[in-house]
Amino acid sequence: MKTTKAATKKRSTKQTGVFLVVMVALVPAAILLGLGVGSMNISPVGVVRVLLFEKDTIAHQIIWNIRLPRVLVAGLVGMCLALSGAILQGVLRNPLAAPNIIGVSSGAGLAGFIILIVFPEYGRLVPAGAFCGSLSATLLVYGLAWRGGAEPFRLVLAGVAVSSLFGAGMSTLMIFYPERVQGVLTFMVGGLSARSWPHFNIIWPYAALGIFTAAFLPTRLNILTLGDDIATGLGLHVEKTRLIFIAVASLLAASAVSVVGLLGFVGLIVPHIARRLVGPDNRTLFPASLACGATIVILCDTIGRVVLDPVEIPVGIIMALVGAPFFLFLLRERRMTT
Amino acid sequence: MKTFSAQNIGVSLGDACILEDVDFEINAGTVTAIVGPNGAGKTTLIRLLSRTLKPSCGRICYNGKDLSKLPTMTVAKTLAVLPQVRHTPEGLSVEALAGYGRFPHASGMIARSHNDRKIVGWALEKTHMGHLRERPLTTLSGGEQQRAWIAMALAQKPEVLVLDEPTTFLDIAYQLEILELLRDLNRESSLTIVMVLHDLNHALRYADSIMIIKDKHLRGFGAGQEVLTAETLNTEFSVDGDLHWDHRNDCPFIVAHKQVHHKDAS
Repeated sequence: MKTTKAATKKRSTKQTGVFLVVMVALVPAAILLGLGVGSMNISPVGVVRVLLFEKDTIAHQIIWNIRLPRVLVAGLVGMCLALSGAILQGVLRNPLAAPNIIGVSSGAGLAGFIILIVFPEYGRLVPAGAFCGSLSATLLVYGLAWRGGAEPFRLVLAGVAVSSLFGAGMSTLMIFYPERVQGVLTFMVGGLSARSWPHFNIIWPYAALGIFTAAFLPTRLNILTLGDDIATGLGLHVEKTRLIFIAVASLLAASAVSVVGLLGFVGLIVPHIARRLVGPDNRTLFPASLACGATIVILCDTIGRVVLDPVEIPVGIIMALVGAPFFLFLLRERRMTT
Repeated sequence: MKTFSAQNIGVSLGDACILEDVDFEINAGTVTAIVGPNGAGKTTLIRLLSRTLKPSCGRICYNGKDLSKLPTMTVAKTLAVLPQVRHTPEGLSVEALAGYGRFPHASGMIARSHNDRKIVGWALEKTHMGHLRERPLTTLSGGEQQRAWIAMALAQKPEVLVLDEPTTFLDIAYQLEILELLRDLNRESSLTIVMVLHDLNHALRYADSIMIIKDKHLRGFGAGQEVLTAETLNTEFSVDGDLHWDHRNDCPFIVAHKQVHHKDAS
């Protein structure tokens, strides 16, 4: 087979470095934009001044109490989901892997639905419930896939089965309580409205865990991606490493969905975008996914807040509207180069 | 010195026994070819040596110590493995793949040392992959890919190399290239090589000793001419064939005429 020039073109380390720097630099830019835009527009310089020097102005109130926590939550959610997706695509050796494939979304979804529909008076418990739900679903998937080892293919199949089962549970609840469906809609789509400092406090420890992983474990995932037998030959404890990565990925995704609801798409597309720009090496892919995830969720949430002001569009819808065409564009590009 | 010594090993998965009563010793610095019909247990034996499988009974010693009790990372510093099943991530370059061979030596480190880079360069040069170092693996031919994986194994700087069918799916020129490369490595740095080969003539020509596995048992182990005879061709491989002498390569070769149907074969 003749290879085209585009396919054989090398991706130089320098180019990768430039992309990485640009992606990281876009994060503060997105934050400044997210802080400045809204029913009261403030310039980037104004934002910095308000944050650092002003204390008793309305602008300070708006930024400090409303916009800053929301933007930070959006950024952390994006980081957690994107890194979770990057890890799972490597561990499962499957480009379609995303947090929902190991049961995270369906577990969080079912738990959230039970609380919001059956016990709406305990609405406060949704984050905790969703968190527990997604971790239990992951455990269930892992347990079902285990047969002397958790082979990636069995994990994917078990994940799909568990997701459909839990999905059936959610549909059943909606059918039995049609009058309460309204309450779960934003949770289902994934939204950031009214997210503030308490939510930030839920999620930042997990984002920190993610950054730790990105710093210390990427080479191990590189090795694991080559196949179980090769990885064993290179001295890696395959099952132990796989379990660690799945645990990290599910914690990251669980923390994110417990705060924003079922915002699944980020975990699928952001790692792909990052991979196209910096290549498959997880040592650059992890930081690129973190940066790209934060930027994209902050920007989409800002768009959702502003576009139809005063009506807010949930970030999940913007993500899908912007993300799906962009994803298709990337797929077409890829076909042209390989 | 004995690189591997297997004492009475057996493997069973569930109810099925896939290897039974296997004993052998492999000397350091030799090339051993494992041959046998399909489904006889060759890959199982390779998986035992590469510790992706543990024997159900008996034990395998590596340099005199129980292989299953040695820390896997320590073993990986001297024992490199090239299994058949492997996954090629899209966009992975030849040089990056070869670099992963340094993993057991520099585990956890983010930056590669100058020494690591030198060894990777050496491995690429040995396998004639230097000019393709920046190419993604998926854009290369089968023979080039195989050489890239061998470069990864060499970058481990192993004393022992275990390969499962390194020549499968390659055309005849690439098959010879890989086998010549392995023989050179064995002669230059007395690398111990254990590999599964399908072609009996390759085994006769490139291996110091041949191991015949059939029906879950070790049926013969020794120098090529002793193990592969007209008689064993008939009993172990079910072919009517005879041996001739290859004067140019100074080794025997087999001409197989036709399949033999054994009445007692189940």
